[in-house]
Amino acid sequence: MTNLSTLLHDTRTRQIALQALLLALVAGGVGWLILNTVSNLDERGITGGFSFLDRAARFPIAESIIAYRPTDSFGWAFLVGLGNTLFLAVTVALAATLLGLGVALARRSAHPLTSGAATVYVEAMRNTPLVVQLLFWYALVTLGLPNIHAAFTPIDGVILADRGLYLPRPVMVGDKGPFLAALVLGLVAVGAAWRYGRVQRLRTGIPNRYGRIAILSTLLLLGLVWVTTGLTLSLDRPVIGRFNATGGMGLSPEFTAVFAGLLLYSAAFIGEIIRGGIDAVDRGQWEAGRALGLEEGNILRLIVIPQALRVIIPPMTSQYINITKNTTLALAVGYPDIALVAATTINQTGQAVEGILILMLVFLTLSITASLFMNWYNRRIALVTR
Amino acid sequence: MRGISKRLLAGLCLLALTACGQPAAEKKPAAGGPVGGNAAGGTLKAVRDRGYVSCGASTGTVGFGAPDSHGYWRGLDVETCRAVAAAVLGDKDKVRFVPLTGQQRLTALQSGEIDILPRTTTWTLSRDANGVNFTLPNYYDYDGIMVRKDRGVSSSRELDGASVCVQTGSTTEVTFTNLVASVAPNLKAVIFDSTQATRQAFFSGRCDALITDASGLASVRATMASNPEDFIIFPADGKLSPLTPAVRHGDDQWFDIVKWSFQALLMAEELGINQANIDEMRNSQDPTIRRFLGVEPGNGAALGLDEEWTYRIVKQLGNYGEMFDRNVGAGSPLKLDRGLNRLFRDGGLMVPMAFN
Repeated sequence: MTNLSTLLHDTRTRQIALQALLLALVAGGVGWLILNTVSNLDERGITGGFSFLDRAARFPIAESIIAYRPTDSFGWAFLVGLGNTLFLAVTVALAATLLGLGVALARRSAHPLTSGAATVYVEAMRNTPLVVQLLFWYALVTLGLPNIHAAFTPIDGVILADRGLYLPRPVMVGDKGPFLAALVLGLVAVGAAWRYGRVQRLRTGIPNRYGRIAILSTLLLLGLVWVTTGLTLSLDRPVIGRFNATGGMGLSPEFTAVFAGLLLYSAAFIGEIIRGGIDAVDRGQWEAGRALGLEEGNILRLIVIPQALRVIIPPMTSQYINITKNTTLALAVGYPDIALVAATTINQTGQAVEGILILMLVFLTLSITASLFMNWYNRRIALVTR
Repeated sequence: MRGISKRLLAGLCLLALTACGQPAAEKKPAAGGPVGGNAAGGTLKAVRDRGYVSCGASTGTVGFGAPDSHGYWRGLDVETCRAVAAAVLGDKDKVRFVPLTGQQRLTALQSGEIDILPRTTTWTLSRDANGVNFTLPNYYDYDGIMVRKDRGVSSSRELDGASVCVQTGSTTEVTFTNLVASVAPNLKAVIFDSTQATRQAFFSGRCDALITDASGLASVRATMASNPEDFIIFPADGKLSPLTPAVRHGDDQWFDIVKWSFQALLMAEELGINQANIDEMRNSQDPTIRRFLGVEPGNGAALGLDEEWTYRIVKQLGNYGEMFDRNVGAGSPLKLDRGLNRLFRDGGLMVPMAFN
């Protein structure tokens, strides 16, 4: 039987007790905060809880990916804001990765003009505050572009003015059902054939054309369905009305400003990460590639980038999380992201604690999701040691 | 065995700590805060201990609340707050102004950062029910729309299809929504977080119209337009929005003091007392005036103040009519018509209540 004094001298037990004490302190602290908040809210006559989410929001949201009317609930308004935030974050992340790769390669270029320009770009972007850049882009779009009544129309149906960029929107006329079904079916088939072909090629070493055959036959099928169901394509052209352009599809100055600002800002950081990753790959790998007679582009694509990815992925994760968090600055230029919806909701309902809680939960979830995905990808491409 | 004892230990600690946490939370009201103070009478004491009244102000609406070129805050809302300082602390300048955006204002009041919120805030049910008390309107306003004259628009109905700059955190968002539902279904909102951004977007041509309180529009037109004559302002939906200073829930004495400090301005106008003649008026034999100015005591004691509080308000700030003229009326750049803000006697909505 172990007595108390031996337990006290046992390192393992002591450590466990310390951990437990720390946990209790944290839990107690959180509990106290919650109780204190609830009692303070109560005392000030503020009704707590999330029941306001069911009530009609009654405020406008300027543009959204998900359909929204002011008669929808506050809960729905939050979803609409989240949709806008996600759309912005994903499009910016994708575009910034591509642009960042270009910047990284430009900075590594042997040509002094190319590398010099890339360096100036990176330093300018990294050393000015993001919100200043957003305001700059917004001012450029709204002040720099002509008035809607003097809009710039290079070709019929394209309108560029201080109200945004309007383009003709292709519209399918007729019964769309069979065509869409064929499209989904074709995409699945192409995916399956591509994968099967790859597996076969790796197993046997003989090149095959399963993927290409699938693409061709899918296109053929789509064409056939198009003709047999009598679908036609028409263009919905935007027209300048009394105040705004109507019809077509439009890109608002608010979205343009926040997209351009976030893209250029993030691409500078991503470019540096990629450049660092490429530089981290040993010079011998390039030399070995050249010795094999490979072209520079192929060395980069086949040998260097796959190895660089291992260095690139972890810092990229935090870059993607940063982009997601930076979308909240969109409210400076009037793009309705979730932070704007939360701010408006807080003002209309007075439910500040709940509004901020929702915002915190959303960003926590987004960050963890991004992190989990990137960690999964990182494990997938990590060096396999045998 | 070890695993169980670990969990037990953790559980015990947790229980002990949450039990400790609870009394601390309950003690909070008595403690008050450096600025807060919510128990009955707490705000008055907190203000006196601190030596100044903390007021929520706008981030710059000339005529209602904005610092002048010397950094001295001026405006109708600002002076509504100064009246309380004159009543409570004896000096209209014992005030500190906290510039707040539309979103921050109610939270700042609820959380105790400010004592009074006289910041062009419309009295609405959900705001009133959630932690604040509205005193009495210090300005009767309506939501207005401003457009450039050359657009040839003179009513909300003709605006259909236009882009409208809207500021978040204002009741004009609801007005805008109502307009879309009733008269102009194709209105497009361009929404901003800050007042400045909203106004700049309008003047840069991003929007065809700017929607907010008509008084705010007059202020913007007078101060930001290069040529004020180029713009017209018309009512958005013809509904009244009473701009009303608010205080926190739960301190009835402070609620009364703020309410009656404003009433004193109205009553002074009703009784014909102004900054110039007030010393003379103290010798008046009229019992109403004697009672109002505290020559016959009672009113001050009832509010927990001294008897000279109304004298100080009028001596330092004048009556409501003088205040109106100086800040938003004929004597100001805004040149707003007194309109609904005349005394009830003169056909307006301002009703002086009896000081007895």
